[in-house]
Amino acid sequence: MAETILEVKNLYMYYKVRDHAVKAVDNISLELNKGETLAIVGESGCGKSSLAISIFRLLPRNIYLFKGDIFVEGENIMRLDEEEFRKRIRWRKISMVFQGAMNSLNPVIKCGFQIAEPLIIHDGVDKEEALKIAKETLAMVGVHPSFADRYPFELSGGMRQRVVIAMALIKKPPIVILDEPTSALDVITQANIMNLLKRLKVELKLSYIFITHDIPLSSELADKVAVMYAGEVVERAPAEIFYGSPSHPYSAKLMASVPTLKTLKEIDFIPGAPPNLISPPPGCRFHPRCPYTMDICRIESPPEIYLQKDHMVRCWLYAKK
Amino acid sequence: MPLLQLEQLSKWFEIKRTIFSKPLYLRAVDGVNLSLEEGEAISIVGESGCGKTTLGKTILRLYEPTGGKIIFEGRDITFERAEALLWYKRRAQIVQQDPFGSLPPFFTVYRILEEPLLIHQIGNAKLRREMIYKALETVRLTPVEEFAPKYPHMLSGGQRQRVAIARAMILRPKLIVADEPVSMLDASVRIEILKLMRDLQKRFSMSFIYITHDLATTRYFSERISIMYAGQIIEIGPSNNIINEPLHPYTQALLKAIPDPDANNRKIFREVPPGEPPNLISPPPGCRFHPRCPYTMDICRIESPPEIYLQKDHMVRCWLYAKK
Repeated sequence: MAETILEVKNLYMYYKVRDHAVKAVDNISLELNKGETLAIVGESGCGKSSLAISIFRLLPRNIYLFKGDIFVEGENIMRLDEEEFRKRIRWRKISMVFQGAMNSLNPVIKCGFQIAEPLIIHDGVDKEEALKIAKETLAMVGVHPSFADRYPFELSGGMRQRVVIAMALIKKPPIVILDEPTSALDVITQANIMNLLKRLKVELKLSYIFITHDIPLSSELADKVAVMYAGEVVERAPAEIFYGSPSHPYSAKLMASVPTLKTLKEIDFIPGAPPNLISPPPGCRFHPRCPYTMDICRIESPPEIYLQKDHMVRCWLYAKK
Repeated sequence: MPLLQLEQLSKWFEIKRTIFSKPLYLRAVDGVNLSLEEGEAISIVGESGCGKTTLGKTILRLYEPTGGKIIFEGRDITFERAEALLWYKRRAQIVQQDPFGSLPPFFTVYRILEEPLLIHQIGNAKLRREMIYKALETVRLTPVEEFAPKYPHMLSGGQRQRVAIARAMILRPKLIVADEPVSMLDASVRIEILKLMRDLQKRFSMSFIYITHDLATTRYFSERISIMYAGQIIEIGPSNNIINEPLHPYTQALLKAIPDPDANNRKIFREVPPGEPPNLISPPPGCRFHPRCPYTMDICRIESPPEIYLQKDHMVRCWLYAKK
C-alpha cells in the first residue's frame, strides 16, 4: 500500500487586494504518496503557484485568510509556528524549485557557495565540508564539480537550472515542489532536465509536486494529475485516466486544446476567459464556459464526486440522480 | 513570381569591447534563402537565440541587413531608404510577441488602429472610422462601440493580441510577420488566436511568416515549416514531411524532445543531444550542429553543408544527404 507523505486538507489562502479577497486557493484537498509525482495543471492565474507557496509557507504580506490542514509524514505542519517550520520543515522536509529561479542566482557569489550556504548558516557545517557536499550534489545533478568555483554568468541556462535543482536537494528533503522548473528553457534543454528529474526521483526516492501549465510536459513526470480552475481542484485522476479521457468538461477541453505532433487531431479551444478570483461566478466556476451547463451548475457548487477510489471530479454531470 | 524572396540574407551585429579593439560580429542571421508565395503561410521554428526574431525583423526592414537581398513583389528593397520604404511598410506588417508591451498604454483601441491610417494618409475621418470598426469586427472584438474607446490595460491578453492583429491588418498588407504571437497567452486562448489568424490569412489571402519555438502548433498553422539553427535555415519542407519524416539530425532531435501528452512518458527517458546551441560570435566551423550531432563525419567539421534538395520542395543542409 502506498504511503501518504503529504496530505493537504481543506486549504484556503486568500490575498487581500484593496478591499477585496482574491480567492487564490479555495478549499483544496490533495494527497501525495511517497515516491510519486502529483502534477498540478491549470492556466495562469488559476492559483497553482499560490498553492505551492501555501504548502511551502512563503506567504505574501497581503494575506487575508490562510487556514486548513497540511500533514507531512503524519504531522500537521499548519500547527507549527514560523520558527519551527523554518527549522524543521522548509528545505529539510519540503523544498522548492522556483519558476525562473535560474535567473535569480546571486551574480557575485560562486555557484558552489550558493548551494552550500544553507548548510553553513542553518546547520553550522564548516565551510570546507559544506562545499564538499555541494560538489557531490552538483555531480548528482549532472554538473561537473569544478563548476562550483564558477559564477552563474559563466553557466548556460540548462546548467544554471541544474544548480537551482542542486540547491533544492542539498538538505536531502523527501518532498520537492517544482514550480514550472523548465519554463524559460528550450525544448532540448527541457528534455534534458526532465530526464534528470526522472532519474533523481528513482535514485533519491523523491516525491514531487510538479506545477505546470504545459500539459504534454506534465505527462513526463506525473503519476497523478490534479486540474485546477479558478482556485479549485476540479479533477484528480491517475495519469492513465487523465491523459486518456479526463472526466471534467474543463479537463477534456484543456486536453483538446493541446496541439499534438505524432497524431493529427482537430484542436479546439475554450471560448471565454477564466473568471477573476475576486468574484468568481456562483455555482460551478466553469459554468459560463462549459458546453454542458445545467440549471444546478449556475446555483450550487458541485461536490467532490469519486468515480473511482483515486479519481475525483467536481461536476454535476456525474452526480447521482 | 514569389511575393517575397530572400537571397543570402544576413544580419550581423557589431560588438565592440573597447573603442580600440577590433569589432566582433554576432552573426544572428547568416545566409538565409527563402521564398514565399502569395497567400502562403510558412513557419520559422527554432530555439531561443537561433536568430528567428532577428530574421523576422530584418525581413520587415526594422533592422538594416548586413548583406544579401530582400526582394518583394520583384522589387529589391534590401537597402531602400526610409522614404521609399513607406511603400513596403504598407504591404508588410508585424504582430509582436508581447501584447502587454506592443500597444501604447495612453492610446485607446480606436487611436491605436487609427495610427497606421494616419501615417499612410488614408481616407478622411469618416472613412477611417468605418475601417476601424470593420477591423475590430474581423478580429471579433464585438460590440465594436464598446471596445473602441477602451485602453489596453482594460483588455485581457487575448483581446490585446486581437487589437495587435487588427492593427497589422487594417492596411490590408500582403505579408504579416507574426513573431511568437501566442507564447504569452494562456493555453486555452492560444489556439483561438492562432485559428483566428489562420482564418484571416486565408480569407484575405495574405502571406504569413509565423515565427515560433513551438513546433507542435506549426502544423495547424502553416503549409511549410523551416527549421533554424544558429543563424541558418537547416531544413525547409511541407509541414507533414518535416513532422513525419524529418531529415536533419537537429530536426529529428527537436521532434524527439517534444512530448505529446501520454501517461507512458513518465516511464521513459528521452534521447536528446548533449550540449547547447553555439555562441553566434564564433560559431563552430563546418556544419554548426556538428559538435552535438550523433552522425558527425570528417567533412562536417570542415565544410558547411550546401542546400540539398531531396524533393522539389524539401531542402536540407546536411552532409548525410550529399551524393557520393
